[in-house]
Amino acid sequence: MIPLSTLKSGDRARVEAIAGEPALVQRLYEFGLLEGEEVELLAVAPLGDPVEIRIGNTRLSLRLREAEGVTVSILR
Amino acid sequence: MTPNSITVALVGNPNAGKSTLFNALSGLRQHVGNYPGVTVEMKKGHCTLDGVRIDLIDLPGTYSLAARSPDELVAVDLLLGRRPEEPAPDVVLSIVDASNLDRHLYLTTQLLDLGKPVVVAVNMVDVAAALGITVDCDALSREFGILFVPVQANRGVGLDVLQRALLGAARSGIAPVSLALPAALEAESAALLPRLGAAASTFQARRLILDVNGATEQWFVAKLGDHLIPKLVDIRARLAAAGCPVPAVEAKTRFARIRDAVAKCVTKPRIRPANRTDRIDRVLTHRVWGSLFFFAVLFLVFVSIFWAADPLMGWIDDLTQWLGKKVDGAMPVGPLRSLATGGLIAGVGGVLKFLPQILILFAFIAVLEDCGYMARAAFLMDRVMSRCGLSGKSFIPLLSSVACAIPGIMATRVIENRRDRLATILVAPLISCSARLPVYALMIGLFLPKEHYSVWSRGLMLFGMYMVGFVAAPVVSLLLRKTLLRGERSLFVMELPAYKRPSLPMVARRVADAGWSFVRRAGTVILATMVLVWAVLYFPNAGPDGSKYDERAETLDEISKLKDDEVTEKLGDTPADSELAKLGLDVTKAPEEIREEAGMKARATKAEHQRNSYLGRTGRWMEPVFEPLGWDWRIGVAALASFPAREVIVGTMAILYEVEDDAEDRDPLANKIREDWDASEIRGRHRIPVALSVMVFFALCCQCASTLAVIRRETRSWLWPAFTFVYMTLLAYAGAFVVFQVGRLIWS
Repeated sequence: MIPLSTLKSGDRARVEAIAGEPALVQRLYEFGLLEGEEVELLAVAPLGDPVEIRIGNTRLSLRLREAEGVTVSILR
Repeated sequence: MTPNSITVALVGNPNAGKSTLFNALSGLRQHVGNYPGVTVEMKKGHCTLDGVRIDLIDLPGTYSLAARSPDELVAVDLLLGRRPEEPAPDVVLSIVDASNLDRHLYLTTQLLDLGKPVVVAVNMVDVAAALGITVDCDALSREFGILFVPVQANRGVGLDVLQRALLGAARSGIAPVSLALPAALEAESAALLPRLGAAASTFQARRLILDVNGATEQWFVAKLGDHLIPKLVDIRARLAAAGCPVPAVEAKTRFARIRDAVAKCVTKPRIRPANRTDRIDRVLTHRVWGSLFFFAVLFLVFVSIFWAADPLMGWIDDLTQWLGKKVDGAMPVGPLRSLATGGLIAGVGGVLKFLPQILILFAFIAVLEDCGYMARAAFLMDRVMSRCGLSGKSFIPLLSSVACAIPGIMATRVIENRRDRLATILVAPLISCSARLPVYALMIGLFLPKEHYSVWSRGLMLFGMYMVGFVAAPVVSLLLRKTLLRGERSLFVMELPAYKRPSLPMVARRVADAGWSFVRRAGTVILATMVLVWAVLYFPNAGPDGSKYDERAETLDEISKLKDDEVTEKLGDTPADSELAKLGLDVTKAPEEIREEAGMKARATKAEHQRNSYLGRTGRWMEPVFEPLGWDWRIGVAALASFPAREVIVGTMAILYEVEDDAEDRDPLANKIREDWDASEIRGRHRIPVALSVMVFFALCCQCASTLAVIRRETRSWLWPAFTFVYMTLLAYAGAFVVFQVGRLIWS
C-alpha cells in the first residue's frame, strides 16, 4: 500500500483509499476514481510534477500533493 | 397543451461536445447572456420544430452539480429556476460521450434530482464504435426512464430525433424518478429541509449535506448564519457512523447504479485496447519528447503572432495614415479636422491594429484546445507556473502577452479557477509587448548610438528590458496570491481529453467571436480614451496673441514647402507688409532661408501648442513629480500623452523636441534629444540613467487604454482595470526612481 504519487510511469495499481481536502476528494470521486478501481500512471511532467493518470477512459493530470492522499496497491 | 415555445438547458461535461451540439442545433441564431456579479457567460440560441420555438441555454461545462464557486452556483440556480432573469428550463438536455459513458452519466444521474424532464444526447457514437463500444440507447432509456438519443453533433446526425424528444419531454412534463440515495441520507435531508426556509428545495438540502464547504453551504451560511455549520458537522458525523460517509456515499451510490445499467446496455471489449490517444500521449506528455514538441508549438505560435501579424498591422497603419492624410487634405484646418484625424481615425486605427494578432492567436488557441493539446501544454508547464502562484494554464496567455497583452488577457478564458485567472490577467500587462519596442528602440538609440556601439550591446540591452517584465510578472503574481487573491490553493485535477481532429467551423466561430467582442466592447472604450487625450492635447488652441496655433503652424508649414520663386512672389513689392512678415519671418533674408525659418517656426508653433495645451500645462505643473526620475516636463508630457498607447510617446516627443517630420527614421529624434539633454545639467551628466529610467517606466507601466478596456471587459468590473493601472504606475514610478537614483551614482 503506497501513495499514488510514488508510482512510476507505466505502473498499474488498484485504488485502496482516498483522503484529503473534501473538495479534492469529491472531485476525484466524480471522475470515477473510486476505491477498487484500477489506475495507470501514464506520464510524469518534466519537473516531476504533476502526473498523468488513467482511470477507465478518463485521463487526469494530478499534482503530487493531490495524489498523495490516494493510497494504492501495485498490480503486476 | 401545445406551448409555442419551450426552454431547454444544455448540460454536460467539458469535452462532451456540448458547444458543437449547441452550434449544430442553433446555427447562427445565438447570442451571449451576461449575469451580474459573476464572470459566467452563457450562450443562448434557438431553433424551431413544427412551429414550436426551442430556446436553448448553453451552461458552462461541468463534471457535477456539486457547485464549488458562486459561478457554478449560478448555473445550478438557473437549472432550478431560481434566477429571476431567466425562465426556468422546461427540459434539461444532458449530453454525454458514448466512449466514456460511465463517467459522463454521473452528471446525468444528478440531473434526475432536479425534478424536471431530462433528455440525454449520447454523442460521438461513431468514435465509440471505432473503439469497439456499442451503446444500446433504447435499453438505457428503459433503465433510467428517460429518453437516450444517439447523435453525432459534429455531423448533425440524429438532431431531428433529438429535437422531437425535447418537444415530447416538454409536452409530457413528467419528471424522471431520481436515483435513490441511502435511507439515512434521505432522512437527514428531509429533517434539514424545514430549517432552510420556505424557498429551499430537497435538491438544495441534499447538496448542503453532501458538498462539504461547497457553494451551497456558503450561500446558506451567509443567509441563515454561522449556527448552521455545527449542525452540518453533526449531520455528516451521524452519516459517517451510519456507514454513509460524505462525499463518498454519493459517488458510490451513483456509480454502482451506473455500472449496473452500463453492464446491461453497453458492450465493450473485455480488455481495453490501446487507442490513438494512448499512442499520441506516449510522445506528447513524455518528459523529453513532449517538452521538445511543446517548445516547437510555442515557437510556431510566437513567430506567427509576432511576425505574421506584422505586415497586416503595417497595412492597417498605412491605411490609417493614408486616410488621415486624405481627410487632412479635404477638410479646412481647425478642431473638427484635428478631431477627425488625431482623435477618430487614429483611435479606430489604434483599435483595429491589434486585430491581426488577436485573430491569429485565437486561431491557434482554438485549434490547440479543440484537438485536446491545450490541456497537455498546461500539464507540462504546471510545475513552473505553480511556483509563482499560477497554474499551467496561465502559460500560453502570458507568453502571448509578449506580442500584445490584449490577446493574452482574452486567452485567460481557458483558466477555470477564478483566482488563477485574475492573477494571470493582472500580471499579463507586465510582460514586455510589441508596443514597448518603439520606446526601447528610441532610448537605446539615444544612449547607445549605432556609431559607437555594436549591435550586440544594443541587443543585450533590449533583452535586458524584456527580462524586467519576465522577472516582475512572477514576483507580482506571487505577491497577489499572498495578499489580495489569497485563498485555498486551487485544485489542479484536470482532465486530459481524448485527441480529436479540430473542427474548422468551431475554430472559425471562436476566432470570429474573439475578434468581434474585442472590436465591439473594447473598441468603444479605447476610442473614447483616444478622443479624450486628443482633446486635452489640442485645447486651448489660441496663443497669447489670440491666433490659432494650428492655423499658424499650417501656414508656416505651407511656406516651408514653397518653391523659391513662389516665396519671392509672396514677398511682393513691399516685403515688410507681406503676409510673411506678419508671421514673424525675417523678410530681408533670401527665399531659401525664409523657407527654412518657416519650417523651424512651424515646428516651434506645434511644440508651443502642445506645451500650452491642458495636458502640457498639467505636465509642466507636475514637473516636480518627474524630477526624481531625471525627467524634464517634455518627457513627462509625452508620458502623460501616451496613456492611450505606449508608442504614442515617440510621436509626442518628436513634436515637443521640434524634430523635423521624418517619422520613418527615428535616429534624428534620438540625436536631437541627446543634443537637448547635453545642454541640460542633470540629463547631460546622467544621460544613461535618464534613458534607463524612461525605459524601465515604460516596461512596468500600464500606459495602454486597450489593455485596461479588455481587463474591464474580461473581469466585468472597473475595479480591476483601476487596480492594474494604479499598481503598475506605482511600480513603474518606483522602478524608474530607483534606476535613475542608483544609476546617477554609478555613472557620475
